[in-house]
Amino acid sequence: MSLTDTLDTLTRIAGVRGALLVSREDGLVVAEALMDSLDGAAVAALAASLTQRIGGMTAALGHPEGVLVQLTGSEGALLVAPAPGGLLVVAIAAADVNAGELRLGLLAAAEQSA
Amino acid sequence: MTSDDIPALTAQLARDPSSLVFLPLAELLRRRGQFESALTVAAQGAGRYPEMAGAWDLVARIQSDRGEGDLAFDAWTTVLRLAPEHVGAHKGLAFLSYRAGDHARSLRYMQRAAELSPEDAPLAAALARARERAGARPIPGYAEPAPDPLAVLDPEAGRAVLVDRQGRILAGGVRAADGRDAAEAVAAALGGITREADRVARLLGLGAWRRIALEGGPAHFEIRLPTVDAVLLITRPSEVPAGRLALLADRATATARRWLEELR
Repeated sequence: MSLTDTLDTLTRIAGVRGALLVSREDGLVVAEALMDSLDGAAVAALAASLTQRIGGMTAALGHPEGVLVQLTGSEGALLVAPAPGGLLVVAIAAADVNAGELRLGLLAAAEQSA
Repeated sequence: MTSDDIPALTAQLARDPSSLVFLPLAELLRRRGQFESALTVAAQGAGRYPEMAGAWDLVARIQSDRGEGDLAFDAWTTVLRLAPEHVGAHKGLAFLSYRAGDHARSLRYMQRAAELSPEDAPLAAALARARERAGARPIPGYAEPAPDPLAVLDPEAGRAVLVDRQGRILAGGVRAADGRDAAEAVAAALGGITREADRVARLLGLGAWRRIALEGGPAHFEIRLPTVDAVLLITRPSEVPAGRLALLADRATATARRWLEELR
């Protein structure tokens, strides 16, 4: 499955506004499938930055990195799954998305992007 | 002022965004039921004048009208931080507490509002009715103690910590995987995470963020905002399902919020 196919699988989930593969080191877009006027570069940079901050906290606790980060707001959510090869699989979704389905999709995408 | 004044006030605010005209404009929009526009105007004004209790009171009333009780609670708590004797905030919190089923707390807010505004006859009547319904009788010399958040936050030491937005510990603690005390380091990290989350939510249009969940590794984590100026981290081993941790975090957040409110 290509990177584009992997992202398209995520964007077919109802409520998902976009999905990206991001280089975690520099926060740049590797591939993207955005459904509306989202700025992919901004999403990538912000997702990488937030993940790095959270990684600092888990490192302070002596824990390995988590498999999924979910930031939930009143209007939507950002989900990030670290993937092998220094990548992040990122999805941005509406508040009423099926979070369980998206979570599974992101974890599968993170595996497939290895 | 009437709804007819809205276009003129809007034009005035557009000409001078720093004008205090946002207050009557947002109030008129609220009365007209245009809550979305009212909140936009009021929130921008409160952002421009963060120390103005009246601006936060307006934000709270609009959010209450929108059914956003948690957000209204935060805004009225901010009002009381800025102006502890703000009658409207005490009345608003009384209403929210009543709506949430916490009648004892509602009564306390109403009592305080009545003390601050003794000439408010409708409020005095509402207070009397509430007391009657609750069967309340004053006991001289008795004051209800503030709840101890540690009882909920920290049933097992080292698994929950409450910090302020500057990364200073307020309650609880957290231990690293090797058992050492990691509270100070985590508190500092939480300060950075919440600022970053603020930025992400604002720039990506996620609305006000309420929760960060981190799954995986040997533990799951939940980060919550009990109030606008406090951050809660709660963690459990990954054997505890993420959904159950979210429920624990809900309970801890509510307790921490009440505790902080009692402290102020």
